[in-house]
Amino acid sequence: MTDNNAHMKSNMAPNYDGPPDYRVVGKHDVYPETTHDETARFNFLAQMNRHLSSKVMPGVSEAFETRVKPEFENENGRKFEDRHEVRKALLEDPMFQWWSAMRRATMETRQQAGRWVTLRQAVELNEKARALTEGDDRLKLDPDFQQPRSTDAIDHHCMPGSYHTELVPGDITGPANYDSGIFATTGGMLGRFNDGGGVAVAQWVRENLPDFQPKRILDIGCGLGHNVLPIAQAFPNAEVIGADAGAPMLRYGLARAKSLGVENVTFIQADVSNLDQFEDESFDWIQSTMFLHETTCKSMPQIFKETHRLLKPGGIVLHVEQPQYAEDMPLFEQAMRDWDAFYNSEPFWTKMHEVDLDAWMIEAGFEKDTLIHGGVAAVVDAEVFPEAGKDKEQEDYGRKAAWHVIGARKAAA
Amino acid sequence: MSTQSLDPLKLAGAKPKGARPWFLESNDAERLMNITLVLVQELAVMRERLDTVERLLERDGKVSKAAIEAYRPARFEAEERGQWTQEYLARVFRILQQDAEAAENPNEPTSEDIAEEFARAD
Repeated sequence: MTDNNAHMKSNMAPNYDGPPDYRVVGKHDVYPETTHDETARFNFLAQMNRHLSSKVMPGVSEAFETRVKPEFENENGRKFEDRHEVRKALLEDPMFQWWSAMRRATMETRQQAGRWVTLRQAVELNEKARALTEGDDRLKLDPDFQQPRSTDAIDHHCMPGSYHTELVPGDITGPANYDSGIFATTGGMLGRFNDGGGVAVAQWVRENLPDFQPKRILDIGCGLGHNVLPIAQAFPNAEVIGADAGAPMLRYGLARAKSLGVENVTFIQADVSNLDQFEDESFDWIQSTMFLHETTCKSMPQIFKETHRLLKPGGIVLHVEQPQYAEDMPLFEQAMRDWDAFYNSEPFWTKMHEVDLDAWMIEAGFEKDTLIHGGVAAVVDAEVFPEAGKDKEQEDYGRKAAWHVIGARKAAA
Repeated sequence: MSTQSLDPLKLAGAKPKGARPWFLESNDAERLMNITLVLVQELAVMRERLDTVERLLERDGKVSKAAIEAYRPARFEAEERGQWTQEYLARVFRILQQDAEAAENPNEPTSEDIAEEFARAD
């Protein structure tokens, strides 16, 4: 970087509102290197996603109000009854068709861009991860692990191989692709280390539970650990465990954590609906961040029961997710939020956002008056990255970095 | 461990598991849109490279591949580049902007409708 262009500051782009340059993203030892043109490709894709959400999607809303809804009501003599009727009617409209076709194409193109970057340097990346993790007992992989149906049935968000596939032994190209390309999908809204969600959760706990001093923390569905590291950093004396089904994510997660100087996290491979290896009442805090939608109707209640069993009295569980489809949410918004379920390979997204999570938490053993509800938006370096919490212009249904929190504090003994 | 058997070019564009949804009236139209979108991307990549070359020449009076790779735009430069991309996307997808504006006024008359009106003497 150079500052000798200071004399050109009068040419500063007026009122620029958009993603920063990809080069501001934070690097670590297992972060893939990008050439000038690979960087430019991520820059383009971030702008393309922003164009779709801020310029094209409003046209879908307009077409719904002026064409889709009146035509449905004329033909059927009644209003829409649920979000699925809305979505199926939208599928017949050219604005929705074009926005959808372009959104799907942009996601596939983003996957190709990130996979090219990581796969062309697979040998180097995998070697770096091996050197950082080999013999380290903070990586606990299970060679006999069977992927649950929730991870194996389909490749989440068009990511070939999803979270668990190893192309060669010791492979980390999948998580490296996820880590390096999520900037493009979110337009930089997750911050320098894609950890704006985790930073927000740690801050939320500090503000709302000032006396809470967790000694042992479990993050379920931790992926590559980007949201658990800020929690581990906020509570450096706590023992932190990240659990996930995908071995490459965990391997990359430990290598990434170590290279960022975070030493108090252990990564274990597990099906988080059955965590027999941990004793009852052995955790102070159990966290999931954007994970519940990647489970199923069968496993989510089991996961809730496990969190209840594993929490110490007085311990907390927090799940961060996109908002539920409450009755007061317009059916159009619900249908748009469902897009990722049907067209971006997040199949449980639709049912998960419909169910009464409070009732499910109570069914799992939590007492009603201990339930926790809140909201968090990604906390980022606002000098450089866009702030989702303050962005009123675009509503990228289901992808905005602003979430709901549902949780509970287990009754004290 | 060996990754010699990995073919990045083939694997980068691999199909994800799960049947693909199609949206446009014809799958061929959607295929062409996908190809066009990537061409739009690659032209933006080329433009960013040209912008880097121009800025390096202006700054240093010379350019090299290494300097292009090492280049990091200052914030105002990155914003100028971002703004250019936004203008570019607005130009490329003009037809969708006009579709959206047309949706605001679904009963708008065509010139042919108006021609008939203007041709009437009464």
